[in-house]
Amino acid sequence: MTAKPNRSGAGAFFAGLLRHQIMIPLAAMLLLTIFHLIVDRSFFSISLMHNVNGDPVLTGSIISVIDSGSELAILAIGMTLVTAASGGQDISVGAGIAISGSVILRVLCGTNPSPEHMQAPIIVAFLIGCLAAAACGAFNGALVAFFRLQPMVATLILFTAGRSIAAWVNNNRLPVVNDIEFKYFGGYIPGIPIPTPFLIAIVCFIVTWAMLKFTNIGLYAQAVGINEKTSRLNGLNPAVIKLTAYVILGLCVGVCGLIKTSRVGSINYSVIAKDIEMDAILAVALGGNALSGGKFSMSASVLGAYVIQYLTTTLYSLNVRPAAISAYKAVVVILLVVCSAPAVREKFSRLMKKARAGKPSGSAA
Amino acid sequence: MGEKTVLELRGISKAFPGVKALQNVDFTLHTGEIHALMGENGAGKSTLIKVLTGVYERDEGQIYLHGDHSKSVQIHSPQDAQQAGISTVYQEISLCPNLSVAENIYLGRSEGRLISWRSMNKKAAKLLESLGIAVSPSQQLAGCSIAVQQMVAIARAVDMECSVLILDEPTSSLDEHEVAKLFRLMRDLRERGVGIIFVTHFLDQVYEVCDRITVLRDGRLVGSYDAEALPRVELVSKMLGKELDDMADIKSEIPASADDKTVPVYEAENLCSAEGIAPFRFYIRRGEVNGFTGLLGSGRSESVRAIFGADKVTSGTVRVNGKPVRIHRPIDAMRAGIGYLPEDRKRDGIIGDLSVRDNIILALQVKRGFFRPFSRAQKIRFAEKYIKLLDVKTASVNTPIKSLSGGNQQKVILGRWLLTEPQYLILDEPTRGIDIGTKIDIQKLVLKLASEGMSVTFISSETDEMLRTCSRLLVMRDRRLVGELTGDQLTQQSIMKTIAGGDGA
Repeated sequence: MTAKPNRSGAGAFFAGLLRHQIMIPLAAMLLLTIFHLIVDRSFFSISLMHNVNGDPVLTGSIISVIDSGSELAILAIGMTLVTAASGGQDISVGAGIAISGSVILRVLCGTNPSPEHMQAPIIVAFLIGCLAAAACGAFNGALVAFFRLQPMVATLILFTAGRSIAAWVNNNRLPVVNDIEFKYFGGYIPGIPIPTPFLIAIVCFIVTWAMLKFTNIGLYAQAVGINEKTSRLNGLNPAVIKLTAYVILGLCVGVCGLIKTSRVGSINYSVIAKDIEMDAILAVALGGNALSGGKFSMSASVLGAYVIQYLTTTLYSLNVRPAAISAYKAVVVILLVVCSAPAVREKFSRLMKKARAGKPSGSAA
Repeated sequence: MGEKTVLELRGISKAFPGVKALQNVDFTLHTGEIHALMGENGAGKSTLIKVLTGVYERDEGQIYLHGDHSKSVQIHSPQDAQQAGISTVYQEISLCPNLSVAENIYLGRSEGRLISWRSMNKKAAKLLESLGIAVSPSQQLAGCSIAVQQMVAIARAVDMECSVLILDEPTSSLDEHEVAKLFRLMRDLRERGVGIIFVTHFLDQVYEVCDRITVLRDGRLVGSYDAEALPRVELVSKMLGKELDDMADIKSEIPASADDKTVPVYEAENLCSAEGIAPFRFYIRRGEVNGFTGLLGSGRSESVRAIFGADKVTSGTVRVNGKPVRIHRPIDAMRAGIGYLPEDRKRDGIIGDLSVRDNIILALQVKRGFFRPFSRAQKIRFAEKYIKLLDVKTASVNTPIKSLSGGNQQKVILGRWLLTEPQYLILDEPTRGIDIGTKIDIQKLVLKLASEGMSVTFISSETDEMLRTCSRLLVMRDRRLVGELTGDQLTQQSIMKTIAGGDGA
């Protein structure tokens, strides 16, 4: 057999990295960074200030990216698994956040919409909120796994009904939690200058990493997503694995529900986490994962989520009117997605090869 | 028949990272000729065809059409190939199953914007009739047998006025009757002056229809020969690149029939699945190799699927090593120490996008449990062990299995089940669509495993292969077990007789 072209270790490493799908969000991030370096370097300045409570907090555009991007990054984790295992996406995550947020507030407030003190410990409210979100995930998952509905159709049900259910949980009143402790989760913990949502996201990443490392969920979800029949003949139960993926996404939604409600201490049923499902799906796509399921890269998805937030914050910093932001975002997204399309990537790698072939490569038989 | 060349390949080379798939290959096709392209797995047949049809771009070499040496044709895409009059019918049919026969024939080729369904159907009917294909143009393609679907694909190619028709293993999923029909069609096209390239693994078929034979080995041209002037044995030895007396040896290696007094490794009474097979009785002893035989669709595969719990099991009692067990799902069977290599490799065997490594460890990993994943190093160790043991040709353990050749994919799946160290292994058509060398390797492996105490059930469409490996054959007809042959009864004639169901079995 012929030997592989002899390449130095570092060269091979970079060639491998170039081919890896994480290159797409990485390249996008690099472009945005270069843009800021040229246009406005103050984007990267971070300063330590004190907020109204006298606690030290870090501020700056970059801090705002990692703060506001947390929910999206957490959702991207679950969305990646759902996409891999079921070959479709859950479009009800925004509604799910409304439900779990509403449940959390309901437990905290009890019967009085604006109590002096919280009626239950935050941890209890959070766990019940997660339970509600996981139940929504299980509902979606069951429709997809056992009734074999298309994920888009199955999750359309909660997408439509979710926000009404959220309002119903609190009898359509707007509960307000004024307790300072509850605000920690969407703001800052005294003494820690890093935004708590980012810390929560980090915890989620670690849990996810551990899950992928110490269980077979990654291998199973990919196997089921690529070839369900083969997976079954190798002893897997595809329905259970799909259901698991949706429940995991449900748990991610529960965590986001806590962060979102904590940010404002209240809830607006029709606005909370609006359109976040589309950004979450986009994060998965931007990570170079096939939306038709199968192989995935979790880190690429998470990075994709932060790239989307990076882009949004960039547009804000350019004083783009809020109403026009989606339009600008769409243009950039089209560019990114087209660049990450397999056809374009192939063409690109072929061009690269041609450029390198300027020097004739060594052995010819 | 003229000696006019319709297609000429000169010095074709194509390299993939780490592998030189084709090196300086010449190939000439005349008009009105059926030309067999033969070679082992990885010999370069598929690559050559893909270069010819524009799936791959060649690195070097020229392609001339119709004897026109003045300019080499550039083929960058399947469309280019079609325009140049080169049509291909692949092993896996690439038509749209949910459209009608006529729609499939004219798909993407209508001249105007509007389609007259009636005239299209009429045209299709005429075309099908002229080719002697008995199918209604308005029938949905999915409702036709695979053979008919293949012929529809050929009709489409013919209607596009192709001068070169490539048939890539068209017969591997057809029964004898259907193969005969296909051959009639091929001969008919030969009369019309079409040059046909026929890729197959079946030697009989090559000698039945082909005029010339070109043999490739390890990406190089071995030679082109007139079929009549090349004896079979010589063809085989050219493909393998060595003198071949292995085939004769194998039979003598069959171990003496396993001891009848031992408790069967697997025993089923009244077993029946939802796939419409009659309840049957089955057992296999330690170290025994037995087989299910019968025509395509006789229920061979359904029977072993019932054993493995792959289909819904509706009745039956199962004993493994004398202890009653319930096998309702594949995982039950796996826990009972049973492995199953399915018939349809692409649909049921491989997980295409996953690496060779993950494909090898999958079954053992599932058996071991959700919360106990193997370490990466351990996975690589397992994968490398079986890649070496079975001589799988792959660039690395990380290569996606779908980019391997068919025979190597099959070896990976075989490795997957061997890794689970089963006491009973079911192999359904393990040698279909793979070359003779690998076939013999697999047969030898089966006998070796049996001599080490593993029980194996072997299914193959090729009876001589079954005769070579099995010490007991279960014959099926019309989804019913109709006979059992052992010892002296293991001959072609008695199998045929039992399958046909003449004077009793």
